[in-house]
Amino acid sequence: MPTFVRTEKCDGCKGQDKTACMYICPHNLMKLDKDGSETGHAMKAFNQEPEQCWECYSCVKICPQGAIECRHYADIVPLGGSVQPLRGSDSIMWTIKFRNGTLKRFKFPIRTTAEGSIDPYGNKPMPKMSELTVDGVFTRAVMGGFRAGNPAELIRK
Amino acid sequence: MAGTFEAPEVVYEELDVLLVGGGMACCGTAYEIMRWAEALKAETGKELKIKLVDKAAMDRSGAVAQGLSAINTYIGDKQDPADYARMVSNDLMGITRDDLAYDVGRNVDDSVHLFEEWGLPIWKTDAEGVRHDGAEAQKEGLPALKDGGQPVRSGKWQIMINGESYKWIVAEAAKKALGLDRIQERVFIVHLINDKNDPTRIAGAAGFSVRENKIYIYKAKAVMLAAGGCVNLFRPRSVGEGSGRAWYPVWNAGSTYAMAAEAGAEMTMMENRFVPARFKDGYGPVGAWFLLFKAKATNAYGEDYMVKNKAMLDDYPPYGQAAVPASCLRNHLMLKEMKDGRGPIYMDTVTALAKLAETLTPKEVKHLEAEAWEDFLDMCIGQCGIWVGENVDPREKNSELMPTEPYLLGSHSGCCGIWVSGPTDVGAPTTEEYDGVPAHLPKGWNWGYRSMTTVKGLFTAGDGVGASGHKFSSGSHTEGRLAAKSMVKYCLDNADFSPEFDETNEQIAETIWRPVKTFLTHKDYTTAIDVNPNYITPKMLQMRLQKIMDEYVAGVATYYNTNDKMLAVAEEKLEMLKEDSLKLRAKDLHELLRAWENYHRILTAEAHMKHIQFREESRYPGFYYRTDKNFVDEKNWHCFVNSIYDKHTKKWTCFKRKHIDLVDKSKLFKAAAPH
Repeated sequence: MPTFVRTEKCDGCKGQDKTACMYICPHNLMKLDKDGSETGHAMKAFNQEPEQCWECYSCVKICPQGAIECRHYADIVPLGGSVQPLRGSDSIMWTIKFRNGTLKRFKFPIRTTAEGSIDPYGNKPMPKMSELTVDGVFTRAVMGGFRAGNPAELIRK
Repeated sequence: MAGTFEAPEVVYEELDVLLVGGGMACCGTAYEIMRWAEALKAETGKELKIKLVDKAAMDRSGAVAQGLSAINTYIGDKQDPADYARMVSNDLMGITRDDLAYDVGRNVDDSVHLFEEWGLPIWKTDAEGVRHDGAEAQKEGLPALKDGGQPVRSGKWQIMINGESYKWIVAEAAKKALGLDRIQERVFIVHLINDKNDPTRIAGAAGFSVRENKIYIYKAKAVMLAAGGCVNLFRPRSVGEGSGRAWYPVWNAGSTYAMAAEAGAEMTMMENRFVPARFKDGYGPVGAWFLLFKAKATNAYGEDYMVKNKAMLDDYPPYGQAAVPASCLRNHLMLKEMKDGRGPIYMDTVTALAKLAETLTPKEVKHLEAEAWEDFLDMCIGQCGIWVGENVDPREKNSELMPTEPYLLGSHSGCCGIWVSGPTDVGAPTTEEYDGVPAHLPKGWNWGYRSMTTVKGLFTAGDGVGASGHKFSSGSHTEGRLAAKSMVKYCLDNADFSPEFDETNEQIAETIWRPVKTFLTHKDYTTAIDVNPNYITPKMLQMRLQKIMDEYVAGVATYYNTNDKMLAVAEEKLEMLKEDSLKLRAKDLHELLRAWENYHRILTAEAHMKHIQFREESRYPGFYYRTDKNFVDEKNWHCFVNSIYDKHTKKWTCFKRKHIDLVDKSKLFKAAAPH
């Protein structure tokens, strides 16, 4: 299945038009069962096509209730293990449980700026239209990333 | 009027620029184009109408959705773009466009520096050679890459990152640049529209919402088509739930290639494929294990097959003789062991970690363990799922490696895609020496607008650009940016041009909604919704495609072998499959999404098959073999194989284009060993 939704934890994102997991799934797998006709659990989300799940964990990471987990591919993986994240604003915590009960925890940074703080053009130059056909991107002069290269390497020039 | 499933609403909009896709490439285009649009407005008062349409949500769409543990293309200040172009060429057996690779190489670090500024944590090495994760490095005052900070290299071109939120960060910048009004998520563009008066020009694109009963038709002067590569066109090794655990993202459905081909764009190197050798079943990345942890891959008896089978590399001069042999040849040496019955193949993680631990403190060992797990957790969590399920501690138990089912892509270690106009200042040819190129196509390697396909106004980037692999995430962003500028120029040069569709809105809507109509018309004919002689479900159609490709076009079932006879069988079966695609059914919007994805997969697969058939040699040993032409033929086939598709006759035409080196490749090779 890949990802599954815990019945007792999912609140259907409190009856909003779309749930966080539906919003985020890159493969359009998560679905809100509004009237319970598909799952028997009204106003709760479910993974509608488990054999198409990449186990990318986008839904697991975004669920505000922590209601989504992953039961790894049943045609490959022995039961009993789990890999569960808790994604914060600047880091992610992983709790990893082996089939044999071994537990590991890891914490890794995910970004060094506050979410939503990017100012895309704030300190960047305004390009001149006369430079439109010059090679390179508009931040070429300020980002220090243009590698001019040794002209002698271009053997046909 | 609100649409219904029976009668969807049609939304029509006129634009200057339409961006199709929301991955790294389109995020790059969005970032660059909005700044030039601002400049244009400031200088002339002219406004460009721009919109980005993504079938998913930009925060987590495209190949980087899950995150990445490394940026695989960062040149740095010690290497030359020419070195990069050479590496790309050799890894892809000599047939790549140096102009495109060189241009990415000289510009790519700009995007990487922006990513770091936006908040992507990039690992650093301090003056003592100790490595720090991206956040720690910043706290300790180690400089940014831009200011001379030293990255942690996990290879000549790769740098390590804490990349769980890589896409989230890049998307944030793109979304802010665009503004929410210029973004349409959850609309799947499935069809490009040509101009009525000039069939070699683009006029717009159309698709549908996967959430509402709405069809979207956009008229646009310029279209950026960057909708990824193609996954699951071959039967995957896991066919149950695990069929979702593709190595490349399962949502990459060949839409870029199929739509471009139907619009008449010249395709290139569609015979190329990538068969990554990865951790078995989970497809976890091997790069850090090989390059950072210095692990070796062995056969079941502990023999290093790269050493043992080294002489096999001499069968493929000069590509086997570079310091780093081409990826396909490394597979070739691995497959020898598997076919001779010395599998499974293992990554010797036990020896590698033990060796590293010899010289480290316990604290450093713990850090090393975390790094090894993060490598998977950042980009391939499913591999951790396998490790925990099977009780694998890499210090105690080696893990199996396996070559996967084939993938088609242009940004990773593959180079299939669309033929595009390159930069004009690096010595690219302006003529074509081979006969047989259809007369309406450009002769040289540039025709006015960087990244424009042979269809006027249609641009591409990332997986869409053929004959230039190894761009990866950063290079795809860069290509998107380079294209943005020429899209602005194209719009300005064609300011007075008003596109006209070569089909009516009604025809377009009918085509898009056909699978729904088919379902509604026939659904009550039988009592079982999935078994009906009048239609085929997207899922069964996909499995039929995968069976054909696997068994006849060099999938895993035949150890990547095919021949002229098998290809002829595939050709016939694909024709019938393409005919049957008109009978695809969609019982809901979700199935309409799958129906169109699988139609795109069929066209992509057909292109792949036709190109392999046309190229009478085995250019990529280890990725595929034509057993009737089981050699690399430098004399006759050191050339591009390109093609065009006629959407009216539904036929492909393949032809050669001459390959020319713009940088000196001899620097890569030592002399061939005497036999």
